[in-house]
Amino acid sequence: MMLNSAAPAISIAQLNHYFGRGALRKQVLYDINLQIDRGEIIIMTGPSGSGKTTLLTLMGSLRSLHEGSLNILGTELFDASKEQMLLTRRNIGYIFQAHNLLGFLTAYQNVEMALEIQDVTAVEADERIREMLAAVGLEHRMDYYPSDLSGGQKQRVAIARALVSQPKIILADEPTAALDKKSGRDVVEIMEKLAREQGCTILLVTHDNRILDLADRIIYMEDGYLVNRSDVAAIVQRRFSVLRK
Amino acid sequence: MNKLAKKKPLFLSWLQLRKGRARLIVAIAGISFADVLMFLQMGFRGALFSSAVEFHNSLNGEIIMMSGRSRSLISLDRFTERRLYEAAGVAGVASVSPIYLNPIQWRNPDNKEIWDIYAIGINPEHDVMNLPGVVANRQQLREPDTALFNSGSRQEFGAIAQQFESGKAIATEINERQVRVRGLFNLSPTFGINAYLVTSDVNFLRMANFRRKGLIDIGVIKLQPGADVDKVLTEMRARLPSDVKVMTRDDYAKAEVAFWSASTPVGYTFDLGVVIAFIVGAVIVYQILYSDVTDHLPEYATLKAMGFRDRYLLVVVFQESLILAALGFIPGTLIALGIYRITNIATMLPMAMDLGRVIFVFTLTAIMSSISAAIAVRKLQTADPADIF
Repeated sequence: MMLNSAAPAISIAQLNHYFGRGALRKQVLYDINLQIDRGEIIIMTGPSGSGKTTLLTLMGSLRSLHEGSLNILGTELFDASKEQMLLTRRNIGYIFQAHNLLGFLTAYQNVEMALEIQDVTAVEADERIREMLAAVGLEHRMDYYPSDLSGGQKQRVAIARALVSQPKIILADEPTAALDKKSGRDVVEIMEKLAREQGCTILLVTHDNRILDLADRIIYMEDGYLVNRSDVAAIVQRRFSVLRK
Repeated sequence: MNKLAKKKPLFLSWLQLRKGRARLIVAIAGISFADVLMFLQMGFRGALFSSAVEFHNSLNGEIIMMSGRSRSLISLDRFTERRLYEAAGVAGVASVSPIYLNPIQWRNPDNKEIWDIYAIGINPEHDVMNLPGVVANRQQLREPDTALFNSGSRQEFGAIAQQFESGKAIATEINERQVRVRGLFNLSPTFGINAYLVTSDVNFLRMANFRRKGLIDIGVIKLQPGADVDKVLTEMRARLPSDVKVMTRDDYAKAEVAFWSASTPVGYTFDLGVVIAFIVGAVIVYQILYSDVTDHLPEYATLKAMGFRDRYLLVVVFQESLILAALGFIPGTLIALGIYRITNIATMLPMAMDLGRVIFVFTLTAIMSSISAAIAVRKLQTADPADIF
């Protein structure tokens, strides 16, 4: 029971979030409570517009909290200063639906960018970049620009970029959405394997049923509420009964 | 290599510029264009001023006397040469020499067209004009109806210099007298004077027979070695009536420059030209940087999400602007040098590049680019990392 002593990677309590102001203010997240342990691989799923991405950006320290508590690796993000939010972001690796690589940098340089804000020696940086690109199977494409890589290859560069700084948490939003079945599965498997090696926590938002088996835990979100697994069946039931009527 | 050496930062600004080849070339062309415009305006302005005072600087005397109402070579008034001889009595004065100045009508010997030429009448016995051609040939002016011609004159006056140098005797008609050219000297044309002619005071009064002997335009005063110029000037000002003024030769030249820059539209025109070139350049750089920032907004937002500070991106944009400034400046300067040369051949204006101007234009270019960058980076704030998911 060693894990009990470690602080959870992500801990959310009574979180509410809103969009808009004044009369147009609309609540998008309701009373979110969630705990993710270190090393866990979580898949979050749910219909479009259910608030998944909003929750992801809050966990990613990319948006300020409105109400409740959100603790990332022991740092409370409620009322956090811009500087605190920025430093928290440096412990998180992001993988986006679009690869979001820098078009004017080669694969190698894109991965190198992640080390620009880390304290590393030149030799160590070079080793890590080469290792990481080899791990995603791109050791022969290091000097290619993103425009010369396929969709799957670009997403693999993005994974190498997210992992090279050895973050504690990986946040991924629909990383397979732009990929075909085979390369989508490959990309997530590489991500999972590397994350397990580094003991890194993954939270992955996806609609892709083909990769659900890779998760330790699946959480479901609907209309701004996190729904328990046992309740999912109930929701499905309710949906069906609505349809029957 | 040191194993513990820190990783060298990526030169993001240059990598970004280099990848957008077309945009880079447009930016360099735009900045070069602005630099060429600035160099030309300053070149014309500089040529105007340096040509305007070539005559002044050629005078061989520490103090110049002129009428109280004289403002410039093209805005003269006469005074009696008696004032000059009064001044000669002041302690410290070695010699004085009167000079007559007046535009006269010169007939181009090739096509017989009449052009105004600026005649300078000196005493051929006095070493009053420190120009090689005048020093060597002034004695010949003692002969009647002789003159020295300006080899830097424009072609409108005829190919006098070429013909003279090829040994041909040149004579033309001035005020119904046949005048022979006996030598050449060099003074650049100015914005007010197309060509000069040097002759003796006696010949001058024959050519310009409407001028009265004894009413001169300027007086050149040479001091004894070691004399205190300020003291002599103070003494002269106390002694002379206010219809004449005396000043050092440097002040005389400065007054000419001040006249052109303040009392004619010319100085203003060129200054305005520099300002407009500056604005044109700034707009071009701004356009380039703005579209560059806009195109890379998602990439910048990604960097912000990864934990890069805003300052990092600011530095990237400012670096881009300074790289563009430097890259545009080099071809701009080379093109400007070429145009200076062409202008010099076509107009005889003394267009010269000096280090001060090169540094000044480079500084202006850097400021221009930085201002553009400062406006363009405001767009960076719209790069919201929360939008990239």
